[in-house]
Amino acid sequence: MTSATTVLVGPRFAAPGRFALLCGGLAVATVVVVVLGVVIGAVAVPPGTVVGVVAHRLGLPVAAPDPVADQIVWASRLPRVLLAVLVGAGLAVAGAVIQSVVRNPLGDPYLIGVVPGAGLGAVTVIVAGGAAVGGLSMSVAAFVGALLAFAVTFLLGRKDGHWPPTRLVLAGVAVGYLVSAVTYFLQTIATPTQVTRVLFWTLGSVASARWSDLVLPVIVVVAATGWLLLQGRRLDALANGTDVASSLGLAVGRFQLQLMLVVALLTGTLVAVSGGILFVGLVIPHVARLLVGAGNRRVLVGSVLLGAVFLPLADLAARTVRAPVELPIGIVTAAVGAPFFLWLLRSSGKGTR
Amino acid sequence: MRVEVEGVDVEIAGRTIVAGAVLRAEPGTVVGLLGPNGSGKTTLLRTVHRALRPHAGTVHVGGDDVWRLAPRTAARRAAVVMQDDPTDFEFTVREVVELGRVPHQGLLSRDPAADAATVADAMRTARVDGLADRLISTLSGGERQRVFLARALAQSTPVLVLDEPTNHLDVRAQVELLELLRGLRVTVVAALHDLNLAAAYCDDVVVMRDGRVVAQGPMADVLVPDLVSRVYGVAAARGVNALTGRPSFTFAPLPQLEENPCPSPASPLQPSPLP
Repeated sequence: MTSATTVLVGPRFAAPGRFALLCGGLAVATVVVVVLGVVIGAVAVPPGTVVGVVAHRLGLPVAAPDPVADQIVWASRLPRVLLAVLVGAGLAVAGAVIQSVVRNPLGDPYLIGVVPGAGLGAVTVIVAGGAAVGGLSMSVAAFVGALLAFAVTFLLGRKDGHWPPTRLVLAGVAVGYLVSAVTYFLQTIATPTQVTRVLFWTLGSVASARWSDLVLPVIVVVAATGWLLLQGRRLDALANGTDVASSLGLAVGRFQLQLMLVVALLTGTLVAVSGGILFVGLVIPHVARLLVGAGNRRVLVGSVLLGAVFLPLADLAARTVRAPVELPIGIVTAAVGAPFFLWLLRSSGKGTR
Repeated sequence: MRVEVEGVDVEIAGRTIVAGAVLRAEPGTVVGLLGPNGSGKTTLLRTVHRALRPHAGTVHVGGDDVWRLAPRTAARRAAVVMQDDPTDFEFTVREVVELGRVPHQGLLSRDPAADAATVADAMRTARVDGLADRLISTLSGGERQRVFLARALAQSTPVLVLDEPTNHLDVRAQVELLELLRGLRVTVVAALHDLNLAAAYCDDVVVMRDGRVVAQGPMADVLVPDLVSRVYGVAAARGVNALTGRPSFTFAPLPQLEENPCPSPASPLQPSPLP
């Protein structure tokens, strides 16, 4: 293969200048998607009115907007769209990190027990009521479930002071099935209404977002993502094997521990408010790699931005395709995202893999 | 920089893989670690590059116990070329070589220009500069091996540890690699399968069998036919390489008539003074 063809079929945005261009484009796209998400809906709100509402709410000296528009934009759509941005960005970066930790392209937050655990927590509250878990709300129960399942995975996956990738994956898959078995059992004793709620939780939704739901996710996503973005080179070392990483001076066990704790916290927080939105954590990092190459310093940034664009778009589709009925967002992420991903895989695969 | 292994024991899953291993590499020398498959060479090397903590004994590099050094400090003293462990991620050659700079990069202390120069140098030395933008997965085994060597060179360490670096290489590439290693002014500890390569390029050799070091010292003193025959279980004759004047070996199966000519693997060979 000549170097000319390699450049042609390689990731198109790997070079520094083009990568910056891609990031700029995705940042603009995020803003556009947020605006669209607020403008479009059962009642269309013109962009000018949206700007007026936001400006007024931020205390800028503009005329008071129409109270109905204010209610729709400020109380309902804006927090919802922003939550979608946060969840998309957070799950995508979590997936990218897990894939490097387990050295497996099929890695996602599901694999370290977090999502099944959150499911068990949420379903317990739906079926048995909050009293069954000491009066916890559904979100808190989901969060606790996520961390407990993660802790079990984490303890079972450990060997000789670190987490060998295959062992970690096997432990995570086993814990996932075990936890899911309990979740499924609970569904067999649930009422039909409860089963529907379980289904909607499992497929995820950002529909009920309020500003108060955003506080914790904002803090966690910003802090966790910020720290993870600094680990790119070290993640590259880990993705090349634990022995390679340790020969490059990484305290492998400690680094894996830090990464998994941060990812579990991040994913647990997001899944607790949005339900088990799958697919984003698995596929967005791959889309990022196809665009920018395997280097994690670029993959992490690309994943954050792609996730931030993708999930609000998916949410927009979820509430407009069958309006006024809303689809769970997980149906859209899978139905739209999977074919797109397969197309990307095909068009980039010629000659390189 | 000197490498000293003293009385290292390694157990894995209750089985003793390495027992009482001793290895000494003087600064700037090339030391070959020899022995049949499964004799513990890789395991012993793993204790040197901190992939495996020994159950007993010490490993000193540059006078300090590597298991007491901070991981980054140890990684600035010894770099490793290990046997290929392919990754599913499509890293380019340059990205892999750049990893060699990780131990030299802090969050705040970075010198991108100097790192780039070191990486470029390492790729030139290992002759992979023409492959810089290729994906690792598209390379041949020999090319990959040279990329891993470039990564180790980019680490700029006074000690290089190599685990069967000539695997996958054709004859010319083997000779070129060892010439290159000889030309570096660093201490080299390399596990080798090929006795003729060891004879041609090593100052000292360490010979292992069944987890024990059975002989070590200057190559010409240690690699005698009797020892080769006992350790590898073949008939061996030592001659002279007509091109280089270094020792060279030829092998044949041991005669069938002899009753149990070499010790069975169950009874470890006792270390014996040689020749």
